Amino acid sequence: MATTYFFTMTADEAKAQLDERVREMMAWHFSEETGCPFWLDWKNEAGWDPREEVKSYDDIVKFPHFQDEWLRDEENERFVPNAYKGRPFNIFETGGTTGLPKQRVGWEDYKHDYEQFSYQLSDEFFPKGGNWIMVGPTGPRRLRLAVEHLANHRGGSCYHVDLDPRWVKRLISRKELDQVERYQAHVMAQAVEIIKHRDIYCIFTTPKLLASIGERISIPDHGIKGCFCGGTSMTPEYVRFLQEEVLENRAQFVPTYGNTLMGLAVSIPEELPEKDYSVTYYAPQPRAVLRIVDPEKTEITKEYGEYGRVELTTLTHEFFMPRFLERDEAIRRHPHDRYPWDGVGDVRPFGAMTKTVIEGVY
Amino acid sequence: MTAPHIPILRQGKVYKSLDVQTVNQLGTDEPAAEISFACADMIKYDLNKMGQAREALKKFSCKELVDITKKAGEIFLNDDLPIGTDGMMQSPEDYVMSLAATSGLPHSLIRMNMKRLGGIFDQIDLIFRGLTRGLDWDVLDKGYGEQGGAPVSFSATTNELAVILPSNSPAVNALWIPSIAMKVPVLLKPGREEPWTPWRVIQAFIKAGCPAEAFSLYPTQHDGSGAIIRRGGRVMLFGDDSTVKQYENDERIEVHGTGYSKFLIGEDEIENWEKYIDTIVESVSANSGRSCICTSTIVVPKYGDEIAEAVAKRVAEIKPLAQDDPEAKLSGFANPKFAEWINAAVEEGLSSGGAVDVTAQYREGERFQEREGMNYLQPTIIRVDGFDQDLAVREFLFPFASVVECPQAEMLEKIGPSLVVTAVTKDIDWINKLFDCPHIDRLNVGNVPTNRIKWDQPHEGNLFEFLYTRRSFQIAEIA
Repeated sequence: MATTYFFTMTADEAKAQLDERVREMMAWHFSEETGCPFWLDWKNEAGWDPREEVKSYDDIVKFPHFQDEWLRDEENERFVPNAYKGRPFNIFETGGTTGLPKQRVGWEDYKHDYEQFSYQLSDEFFPKGGNWIMVGPTGPRRLRLAVEHLANHRGGSCYHVDLDPRWVKRLISRKELDQVERYQAHVMAQAVEIIKHRDIYCIFTTPKLLASIGERISIPDHGIKGCFCGGTSMTPEYVRFLQEEVLENRAQFVPTYGNTLMGLAVSIPEELPEKDYSVTYYAPQPRAVLRIVDPEKTEITKEYGEYGRVELTTLTHEFFMPRFLERDEAIRRHPHDRYPWDGVGDVRPFGAMTKTVIEGVY
Repeated sequence: MTAPHIPILRQGKVYKSLDVQTVNQLGTDEPAAEISFACADMIKYDLNKMGQAREALKKFSCKELVDITKKAGEIFLNDDLPIGTDGMMQSPEDYVMSLAATSGLPHSLIRMNMKRLGGIFDQIDLIFRGLTRGLDWDVLDKGYGEQGGAPVSFSATTNELAVILPSNSPAVNALWIPSIAMKVPVLLKPGREEPWTPWRVIQAFIKAGCPAEAFSLYPTQHDGSGAIIRRGGRVMLFGDDSTVKQYENDERIEVHGTGYSKFLIGEDEIENWEKYIDTIVESVSANSGRSCICTSTIVVPKYGDEIAEAVAKRVAEIKPLAQDDPEAKLSGFANPKFAEWINAAVEEGLSSGGAVDVTAQYREGERFQEREGMNYLQPTIIRVDGFDQDLAVREFLFPFASVVECPQAEMLEKIGPSLVVTAVTKDIDWINKLFDCPHIDRLNVGNVPTNRIKWDQPHEGNLFEFLYTRRSFQIAEIA
């Protein structure tokens, strides 16, 4: 398999790179010239200067958890770094699975994230110059631009079929499951038409939509070689079903974990069968870091092999978000040669064992 | 016997899932079985291919499938059969032990249910003829023929009979067994604590010569059940009144709900009430009261107090015993919370007034009992003032019945929907009214326990009419 990978460093080098990144971001986001009003005001109210006290990633626990509400209640302009003042920005929204959607401003981050991701895709299964189709939530989502950028970056174009996950979520909460199926069939009909009649090699969609497409047509028979998937958690059995039966083991399944606030955490698809399809994701360090924390004492990192809540820290020039507690839990996994930092495995909704959470089931 | 792994069966092919759950022996941390769970989308994919399973079954004539079914009954009752994925074999006694370990059923009740299932296999020809009103088997083989001198043709409404099975009684598997002789494959979702019976029945069929493709078994979660219900061509499921209501206008779905079966004594026979106590006791307590055909309301024109006392005294003798005690007739609850919820519902009904627990004076201890890590509810007879009382028409998963007095002339207005009614009477006028009553699904006239049913007659719907529809046809004479 002809694969080019971006990361070839040791664990120590990765740690050093991350610490350096943390210092750089503290200097950027907490300086009057470059920081945004939100963080500069926060620093004044907090009474301490992160530039002095946060010298490595280990110091990040000095920050409190970034709160959902800040991205819902604050004016978006307050998150514009002074260095970007006057530049129009994109506004991206999260899925809105839990309450009001969060909004994030951005400029080039999504391009960086998806170019970095592109390096990790196999040219055999995601051929350069091949066209893509994106079947999933578009609208105000970063994914809409990101997948198209990924296709363009790899020399192809991207077709789109839209889906409104918030409407699906509402239908599910009202138990109108027949309506969900009808809506899904409406989306599928559009996707299948495009796949049948256009020259498409690669697809981005959600796991359930992928299964739904595969129910209607043989995906590999229609020329698709690679599928990059994200959006909801998947059990190992479901990943196996998608790879072996939906893609018939003839196209590559590439699970990812990510959202508007992070970018993309990637997996190692060719190792999935030997790992019994248990997926481990690695964050796009040093631009974002995932940590598995004790839900009761979030400053404590769980041991390897243990489940804990997923904590995300985003460290880009456009956006600083320390210690955001995701709605997910996962197993802390050991670093991999290819990604020499902690991974997060078998992601599932936080509290999945004790309550029902409506995920983005689309 | 070590805990076997119960796999998914996809048209007879064994599939071991990565999503595995362990079912422990009740009241212990010892595993009884590992169960492979199927994801909903896999079931959807497989449902699309069920036509292949039906083709495999159609290669056999109905006569051959009837013979196979009869042979499978013998095998089910007597043979060692494969269990799990590792070449293990299960004897009939192993089956009893495994089911007892996860369901809480006493061994004696399991053996009784085994015999009952054996009877279904054995009487398949009678059942077939009963449900088809004497249709010649050849008609289904050929697609058309004659019945009673009239031309008939039947076409299958579905490629599969999907059944969402409960965990509380192995006898419910009787409902799908005839489907095989009718050339319709089955797709079964077993209850979490009761994969044993459907698995063993399937293995018996396969050993008897039935094509394995005819059997699909999907242990699965709620979303998998939902996929089966939404996508299955014909679906049987079990549920309460709200489930029945939810699907009442969906011809694909047959809900086996609460039975609210009743035992009525007419005014002409009420002076002889003592003669009928044995029958009432059996009707209330058979199969530990866990059937929709068990009596849950006893309706009499007078002597309500005396009848309640007499029945209470008898059912109070049914006590929680060790599962392997040959005298054990009371089932424990696999989910201990169920016993607590049911007991609370009975107590709530009693506290609303107009109801007395007559069994309280005869039984040992409280209704709710714990024994060897298992929860039980002791049999309960409630004397109620009238049909308006909360407990007058209720059905619970243990031997429970109310006794209500009501003039004979008002009984049929008041009883409401009843799966089985036994009416003890010789009054021809009233018998005619009973036959005319739309609320009654099955009617026994005379001293017949409500739990004794004949399978050659429809039970909550006619399986043949569920699986087949009559088609109009003409065939021109060949020139």
